[in-house]
This record gives sequence, C-alpha cells and structure tokens, in this order.
Amino acid sequence: MEEHNGVLVYAESAGTKLSSTTCELLECGRRLATDLGQALSCVLPPDGAAGLGQEAAARGATRVLVPDVSQPGSSIEAHLAVAVAAVETYRPAIVLIGHTSLGRELGPRLAFRLKVAAATDCIDVRVDPATHALMMVKPVYGGNAVAEFSAASAPQIATVRPKAVSAGEPVPGRTAEILPLKAAAPEPKLKVTERVQQVVEGVKLEDAAVVVSGGRGTAGPAPFAGLLKELADALHGAVGASRPPCDNGWAPESMHIGLTGKIVAPDLYFAIAISGASQHMAGCSGSRTIVAINKDAEANIFREATFGVVGRFEDVLPAFTAKVRELTAD
Amino acid sequence: MPELRMVACCKQVLDPEASPTAFKIDPSTKRMTLPAEIKPVIGQYDEFALEAALRLRDAVGGKVTVVSLGNKLVRDVIKKALAVGGDELILLENEAFEDSDSWTTAFAIVKAIEKMGGCDVVFCGRQSSDWDAGQVGPGIAELLGWPLVTLARKVEAIEGGLRIEQVIPDGYQVVEVPTPAVVTVTSELGNLRYAVLKGIMAAARKQPVVWGPADLGLEPASVGAAGRKLKLNRLSQPVKEARCEIIAGETPAEAGANLAQRLREAKVI
Repeated sequence: MEEHNGVLVYAESAGTKLSSTTCELLECGRRLATDLGQALSCVLPPDGAAGLGQEAAARGATRVLVPDVSQPGSSIEAHLAVAVAAVETYRPAIVLIGHTSLGRELGPRLAFRLKVAAATDCIDVRVDPATHALMMVKPVYGGNAVAEFSAASAPQIATVRPKAVSAGEPVPGRTAEILPLKAAAPEPKLKVTERVQQVVEGVKLEDAAVVVSGGRGTAGPAPFAGLLKELADALHGAVGASRPPCDNGWAPESMHIGLTGKIVAPDLYFAIAISGASQHMAGCSGSRTIVAINKDAEANIFREATFGVVGRFEDVLPAFTAKVRELTAD
Repeated sequence: MPELRMVACCKQVLDPEASPTAFKIDPSTKRMTLPAEIKPVIGQYDEFALEAALRLRDAVGGKVTVVSLGNKLVRDVIKKALAVGGDELILLENEAFEDSDSWTTAFAIVKAIEKMGGCDVVFCGRQSSDWDAGQVGPGIAELLGWPLVTLARKVEAIEGGLRIEQVIPDGYQVVEVPTPAVVTVTSELGNLRYAVLKGIMAAARKQPVVWGPADLGLEPASVGAAGRKLKLNRLSQPVKEARCEIIAGETPAEAGANLAQRLREAKVI
C-alpha cells in the first residue's frame, strides 16, 4: 500500500476568517501530527477569502493548499472535488473535517468516494501509540453509550463535533508552504431557488455564556417568550429548547439544542422542565454548570445537573429570577 | 407528473425512548441491550423518511417499497411500515448482515435496489437511532452516483425531479434536484401517520420478501461484520454519579430563592 503520511484539515470559513470549528480542528490536528511525527496540512475551501492561509499557518499548518476550482461557487460538488484532489495529491493518513452542516455531508461522501471509512461526530480523536492508528471516539445510542472506532484503510476520516476540542492560540509569524491545488468540479446537480434564514436577535445561542432551555414540560410556547426569556435577560443569556418543543412548534428549530440541533457549552445551563434524555444532553453536556428545575424527582436530568430544584417551574422561576436580579444588581 | 417508484429505508433499532438507565452493554458481544420487555422500533428518522415517501405517493401516485437490513427482524415491528401504507416490504435479513457498518449497509441496499430494477427516489432518515452515523444515505448516493439532498423537511414532485425544503442553520433553503435522487429526512417533516385498522389488517396478510447475501450476489466478505470498514474497538457507558445538590424550600418559591442564593454562594451567578 502506498505510504499515507500526515494530517489534513479541511477548513471552513466564517467571513474572512477561519471558522471556530476549523480553529479547533487545527489544534487537534497539530497534536495528532506531533504524536505521529508527521506534518499538518490545511486545505482551504473553494471561494475562501485571501488571508485564510496565513491564519491556518499561525494555527500550526505547515502546508496550506489553496484550491483552484474549474467551477466557481461553493457547491458540495466543489468541496468534494477539492477534498478528493487534496487526498489524492498529498495522501494524508488522517483527514479531519468539522461535524458542521457541510461536514456531516462532506465527510461520509468523501469516505464513500475514496472507498474508505469515516467516523462522524467524534468527541475525541487520538493516535494509538503502538499502532499509530487513529482512535475515533463518538457517542452512540443517542448518547447512552460511547464507541471507539478505528479503520484499517487510509486515509482515516473523522468528522469532529464542534466544541469537542479547544482551539489553541495562533502564533503570528509562523509560516507555511502555500501551494495551489487544482480541482475539477462537475456542474452542481442541486439548484437553490430560495433561502429563508431567521435573523437571530441578541446573543447567539452557541456563544452565550448563559443558556436557559425549556423542554417538553413547558407544555406550550408561552414560557419561551415569558418566564424563560425573563431569566435569560436577567443573566444576559439566550433561550434554548430540547427537541419536543421544537417539533411541537412551541419554539423555533433555531433554538433546538441536542444531538441533531445545536451543541452549546456555556458557563451556566438551565434545564427547565427537561427530562434529561441523552439526545438532549449531547447538546449541552459540555456546560460548566447545569441547573435543573423539574417537577419529577426521578427525571434523568437530576443525574446530569450540579444543582436542582424539584418543583413546577411556573412556581419556582418567578421567585428565582427575582432573587437573581436582586443579587446581581450590585 | 409521472408517478414515482420510491424506496424508504427503515432500520429496526432498540427503542431510543427507553430510559437511559435501561440501556446495558453485553460485554461479550459488544452490543447494547434493553430489557426484553421493551420492544424494538423502527428508527425515529426512518419513520420521517417513510412519511415523506407516503406523502409523495399520495400527491403523484407510485409505489413505496420499504427496505430493511438486519437479522431476526421482529415482524410485528417492521410490518408497521406496511400498516401505515407502504406498498411492499423487502427484508435483507440474514445472520451475515449482523454488525454491519455504514459501508456494508449502504452496499447491500444498493444491490437490493439494483435487483428491484432501480427506483426514482431513495428516502433515508438523517441518521440511525442506534449508531447515529448518518452515512448510509450519503453512501447510497455515492455508490449509485445519484444527487443527494440532506435534511429534507418538505418534499414535492416537480417535472423531472423534486423540490425540497432543506434545513440549514437558522432556517431552510428550497432546492430543486433531478430524479433519480437520494433524500435524507429530518424531524421537521412531521410525524409518520397513524396506521388505520384497514392498513393493519392488510399488513397482517402481506408477507415481506426476504433476501440474503446470495440473492444480492454479495460475497460473504463484503457483508455485515466481515465487510466492515470501520472497526468497533470498544463500546462503553459513561458512568453517571448522581451528584446533584437538590435545593429545597417550604414552598417552590422559597426553593427558587434559595437556589439563587446557593448559586451566588457557589459563584455561578
């Protein structure tokens, strides 16, 4: 088998900078490359801004690949063409992609196209010191268990959950080899005719230091605009929801925190009338402190939280929020 | 608009709604188990995929073939797909299919689709309720060379293709795709319809078609555990200690006030 060497990170951009997930992947990739004694490369996305390469270098990539795609635009076909070209030209042993809305499609499709295996939504990736194989760790059974996978084929592809690893500090002045990468993309097969995105007011859920989330027990839309929002406002935080309120239309999908929603890791997470099912905990277990209010003393959330009150949130929250305002007024 | 031949992929899984404490790993098989009295179910997202197919058939006509891969599939459970209105059930059922990964699952389903003579749309759930990999839909698309639309919350037929509302961060976009195509479906599409008595009785009379690896022309080495590309080294359960400090009070309101004090004390607020 041809020698596969090095770690390749597939970058995504957020405006003119690398996305936060990409920064996390570069730090993760840097550590893996060090463990392997091999190099870290970064392939920039098609249509990426100039300057992304320098940022990738500052974050540890020693080789940056700048795509030159036959078709303009950033369709999935263009991303795939770039990823395949990067792998076929540079033969990395490991490919890291963020488990983002792009990555959860790009990762599996890249793996099947190359006829290799991928592990998706990994919360940890590490090199086995004896075999140098990549151990890919991910939650399964909706978060009720954790699986560790490895793949015999190369490259080993992992999509990594946002916020599962921390980004490092960029070191300005670090340089990298900047190389062009030619890729031929076929005509996109999907035509986007309309895009409807909700403008999120106030603090972005993924960035909020405090999140107040409601679950099935809220029994309707009123608490999301009422009691939960009042508490969030008192602590300069954002309002979230588990899946049932979103499926029932009590809260918009943009508030959905969970395995198939947003992943958040705030300093303080309030789980209000949330049972604590694994699919929801997958979205918030990275929180520093979890506070639960639930009328059911047996709810699983009390196995996950640090502080809790057993009681109806309608009875507990008003006094709680009032006291919070009083205590934080100074 | 021509009618559509559709495949809906449905997987039998351990009931994801079971209490987290009921899930236990069998260390000898490295498999997750639930107590026998908790029946398996069709995966949550697979039900949305089936609903998408049924709605399309209601709109433009055609046929919905439900395909399920596994072993010892419980007829009661998997025939729900017929009871709610699926036209035909094909089970890829054999011991050799046990412990498949995304690769061997997608590969076998593609062989089944070829044996069926192809179709216009393949519907899959966005991810299974057990391994949560989300790769079979994309894998089927890659193996067939068909376009893929993920996270569909609404699917309509248009001339020569489909118009799909696809979930994107903080909203959705409308996408047109030519058929044949693969579509993965998310919960925003809406719940699978209930089975009515007529459907339940019809399903009871229908027998599924059962195919094994030999029927699909598959070598044993490319099937199930033998053909896996992703190896499972370890399956474990995170140990949860109940270390929650419960704050009490004479009344719920007092407990609320006490909680605020305690959080302040702990420098959390």
